[in-house]
Amino acid sequence: MPSLIDLRRRIRSVRNTQQITKAMRMVAASKLRRAQDRVIASRPFTSGYRKLLANVVAASSGEVEALSHPLLQVRPEQRIQLILLTSDRGLAGPFNSNLIRGGMNLLEKKQDASVDIEAVGRKGRDFFRRRATLSGEHIGVFDKPSYTQAQKIADKAIGRYTAGQVDAVYLIYNEFRSVISQRLTVTRILPAPVPEGKQTTNYIFEQPPAQLLGNMLPNYVRIMVYGAVLESAAAEQAARMVAMESATTNAGKVIDQLTLHLNRARQAGITKEIIEVVSGANALE
Amino acid sequence: MADTFELEIATPERLLLREQVTEAQIPGASGELGVLPGHAPLLSELGIGPLSYVAGGQRRVLSVAGGVLEVIEDQVRVLAISAEKPEEIEPGRAGRALERATERLRSTKENLDYARALSALKRAQTRLALAGHK
Repeated sequence: MPSLIDLRRRIRSVRNTQQITKAMRMVAASKLRRAQDRVIASRPFTSGYRKLLANVVAASSGEVEALSHPLLQVRPEQRIQLILLTSDRGLAGPFNSNLIRGGMNLLEKKQDASVDIEAVGRKGRDFFRRRATLSGEHIGVFDKPSYTQAQKIADKAIGRYTAGQVDAVYLIYNEFRSVISQRLTVTRILPAPVPEGKQTTNYIFEQPPAQLLGNMLPNYVRIMVYGAVLESAAAEQAARMVAMESATTNAGKVIDQLTLHLNRARQAGITKEIIEVVSGANALE
Repeated sequence: MADTFELEIATPERLLLREQVTEAQIPGASGELGVLPGHAPLLSELGIGPLSYVAGGQRRVLSVAGGVLEVIEDQVRVLAISAEKPEEIEPGRAGRALERATERLRSTKENLDYARALSALKRAQTRLALAGHK
């Protein structure tokens, strides 16, 4: 039976932990709000760009040069570039382990191909450093996601793809669906998946559609990467918030348990003392 | 016909502007575009340079670089890769970017990406020209 002092010490320690997890939950909540604001702020551009691209695709279909664009070349997938977006920090529940499992699954599925991993985020880098070929790493992207950083990551992939070093580029990340649900998403970004073309308006084209399409594609790939970075940043904070919330509740349960033990032990001590006093008095009679 | 149209300027990071304007001068990739209400639908690549518009009788200027623009009925949507209001431009940073770009164009390196260096130069010039402008 642990002594009263031991029990008190443990309660204090668990209470400290609970304070930390509570604070982390609040920090994650406020970071989540900012991350969500970023996602919302990027929407007018992203949705507009996709819509325009669809129009351009519709207008340029049939033109041979449009389809022979270097970012649309479909080649047998022998060498694959995987861009893995994990977080830099842990304590985010199953956030990173899901991603890592997703990465491993993909490696297994594409066994005949060689896969290079571009690790965005410390957790993914640490895991795959010894298990796969890393083509590069980006740490600290999620603190303050910027388009410039996403562009750097995308341009590297575009460069390797057009140079023929890789035949396809996949993006693997957690999509933010709601605070309690993140979905593991694997998408191919190169060869670029052009949006289904339907012409909504009869435009005057300042440039030939095929040329416009060619110039729009690199940015389209960058936007996909940027969108994934934003989603992942929001999903990370949401996952951490939920994990810390349940850690706080669990700490509360442990404290209740320990307090019960403590009270029992104290009661037992008092009872013992009374018995001692009473039997001492009896012995004197 | 309405005498204003909606001008929307968005970058990947934010919506910079959504306002009713009476007139806009937009730097297209193949030349300056003047847009008045009732313009025919048009799609163009966006160039680099100052974009000016008139709202409430006042002319204002922004710096934009790269992207696409769309004119549809009563609406002009400019999707710029980067766009800034004059008061957001830091003259120091723009000046340094200008120096870097000039340096790069002067160098006789063989693998110089000429187009890229040139657009960096143009962007820096635009931003610098607008920086004083409030």
